[in-house]
Amino acid sequence: MDFNDTPEEAAYRDEASAWLKANAPKRAGGAANLLDDPASMEDCRAWQRTKAEAGYACITWPKAWGGGGGAPWQSVIFGQEEARVETPGNPFQIGLGMCVPTVMTAGNEADKERFVRPAVRGEEIWCQLFSEPAAGSDVAASRTRAVRVQGKDGNGEDWVINGQKVWTSGAHYSDFGLLLARTDPDVPKHKGLTMFWIDMRAPGVEVRPIHQMSGASNFNEVWFTDLRVKDAQRVGAVGEGWKTSLVTLMNERLAIGGGGGAGHRTILKLAQDISTLAGSAVKDSALREKIADWFVQAEGLKYTRYRTMTALSRGQTPGPESSIGKVVSASLMQDMANAAMDLEDQFGIIVDPAIAPLAGAFQTALMNAPGLRIAGGTDEILRNIIAERVLGLPQDVRLDKDVAFKDIPTGR
Amino acid sequence: MNFDFSDDQKFLKSEARKFLAARCPSATVRGVLDVPAVSYDAGLWKAVAEQGWLGAAIPEAFGGLGLGGIELCAIAEELGRALAPIPFSSTVYFVAEALMLAGSPAQRARWLPRIAVGEAIGCFATVERAGVLTESQVQARVDGGKLTGVKIPVTDGDVATLAVVLAKQGGRPGLYLVELAAAGVTRQTLETLDPTRGAARLTFADAPAEPMGEPGEGMALAEAVLNRAAVLLAFEQVGGADRALEMARDYALTRYAFGRPIGGYQAIKHKLADIYIKNELARSNAYYGAWALGDGAAELPVAAAAARVAAGEAFWFAAKENLQTHGGMGFTWDVDCHLFYRRAQQLGLVAGGAKAWKERLVAQLERRNAA
Repeated sequence: MDFNDTPEEAAYRDEASAWLKANAPKRAGGAANLLDDPASMEDCRAWQRTKAEAGYACITWPKAWGGGGGAPWQSVIFGQEEARVETPGNPFQIGLGMCVPTVMTAGNEADKERFVRPAVRGEEIWCQLFSEPAAGSDVAASRTRAVRVQGKDGNGEDWVINGQKVWTSGAHYSDFGLLLARTDPDVPKHKGLTMFWIDMRAPGVEVRPIHQMSGASNFNEVWFTDLRVKDAQRVGAVGEGWKTSLVTLMNERLAIGGGGGAGHRTILKLAQDISTLAGSAVKDSALREKIADWFVQAEGLKYTRYRTMTALSRGQTPGPESSIGKVVSASLMQDMANAAMDLEDQFGIIVDPAIAPLAGAFQTALMNAPGLRIAGGTDEILRNIIAERVLGLPQDVRLDKDVAFKDIPTGR
Repeated sequence: MNFDFSDDQKFLKSEARKFLAARCPSATVRGVLDVPAVSYDAGLWKAVAEQGWLGAAIPEAFGGLGLGGIELCAIAEELGRALAPIPFSSTVYFVAEALMLAGSPAQRARWLPRIAVGEAIGCFATVERAGVLTESQVQARVDGGKLTGVKIPVTDGDVATLAVVLAKQGGRPGLYLVELAAAGVTRQTLETLDPTRGAARLTFADAPAEPMGEPGEGMALAEAVLNRAAVLLAFEQVGGADRALEMARDYALTRYAFGRPIGGYQAIKHKLADIYIKNELARSNAYYGAWALGDGAAELPVAAAAARVAAGEAFWFAAKENLQTHGGMGFTWDVDCHLFYRRAQQLGLVAGGAKAWKERLVAQLERRNAA
């Protein structure tokens, strides 16, 4: 057990850190509402291009595709060092973490040539069009319909797409989208799906922001009305969309970042200035026990990430322990926020950052936590995944398994 | 970054697992449980001594293997997994560690070699009544090298050769080494939650006692010993929790209800996923504790408390929900669930309960934040 870098890791870290100091842009911007601030988006693109030119974008990808040709542990170390400096937001994450790897695995040669390098260099942004109003946890229930038609100019075949996607991060500033569509409703649901790439600015694509309960709009609905795509835009074979989507989901970036937000330290600080009926809140044993519980959860996640990094640095595949991250951190954030509000007592209802303690950090966390417990796999789905893939328990009963998609009961 | 057991440590661990699978099946644990007059398995104790585990962290000069705290953690995890019914933790995590921490050269030379070969069994005698151990609780007193007072409960006090006792001399707490065969010591075996780990009431009436460490430093020394023991006990708890999860998983795969294995129902799947999550959080905290223990790091008090809190919670949760997963069979004497249920409580309380350790942890965090 050793927290220190190996000499090889330390050398790489020094090199990365020196490069970051010399090259990181001075002006920083946030990832949110990039469309509202074109200059901020330009900063993001410029930073991505700079990294790509130095081999620090997509570190583990082959150099031939514009990547760095490096090892996973290098990617982890660079990520840690990059987090130490102020950098622009990263609107490229979904494209480079999920969509483009899918094109690289399942797409045709022309698409790879066309898309990979510009994406690495931050010239083109991708979004992922999987979730639908009636296909959340059950993504394979996608209803967005793609129908094969004769090509417009008599050449080859086209597809006409109608339907709706939802919870699409970054759709409003994306150039391309990776779309999962129903091409055959007469076969069971997993067998009738096909993957396409689409131009987000093509006629027939409409992006509408979702107004979240927190007040922000980080996601979109995307509507397709007679959107025409060429058969060459198909990613993988017809009817193989589900298999292709698993490639996308497996490529989800190894989440190494911290939980973020206000933590146990902040709550201890808050408690120092607050009174309960029994005296100073910081002396309240019920609160102190909770702080201890939160601390061991947060620390447990941190050291679990260290275990994952250890496996990577030994050239091994990380164990299944990395699957616990989000399911723990999301509820931790929600529980801490709720307890902090209780501590603030009647004052806790105030969200105005100018008045609320700690600029309303816990109020913000309270309103974001529900999203975190749902996005990218709900608590319930993640528990199913741990039970099935880690513990080897049977899959749930699936009544829709061998039924033609069009005959599956839908509720509404 | 190297946040895992090394290959050598993993080898030691897998050898320990094989050894205990053969030498300490649940029949061995039940052999102690079912016979009230027996409070540990003497054959297993001898075999474990022959493996060198008792002296794993004892320097070679004193007959040990001279390995580090992390190797001891690896062994502890396997002992916990097997519910080994032997006075290992009292002897090794508490008394040997106390000797190495505060013993005089003569005390170390006399006792460590005997501990390493299994001739001496130790116990750590601090508590006198219900509630968290505090200085004001300590009534036992030493006067002119003679100890008088009562310690209860003392884990393994019924079979121990020597005790490390917390007592006051001139009103100031200190640690004292007491040979339990000496005149003036009487022991009474207690009925406890987990009969596979015995305990006693030790009564001292002018029993000969040698001071360990500086007089007046008893509470600080006791805490230092507890911090070290907490990390090692956390590994026992993690081992037990992992085994309890495996039991629950295996049963859920083979027990059918309503036409399918119960492990196919989300009520069971999510319960077992929650056990897994707690176990992994506990393991990660325990690894941090192992690092702090092995490195002699200043972070040990925080790391030990975090390891203890997480591991206690994980083992308790795994043990009770494993039993629940087994349904009515889990409530019978014949199925092993209650062995884990008992041990989870025993390990959760033996070095002080969760409430006290949570308080220690937060007090340390306050100190750290203020610094």
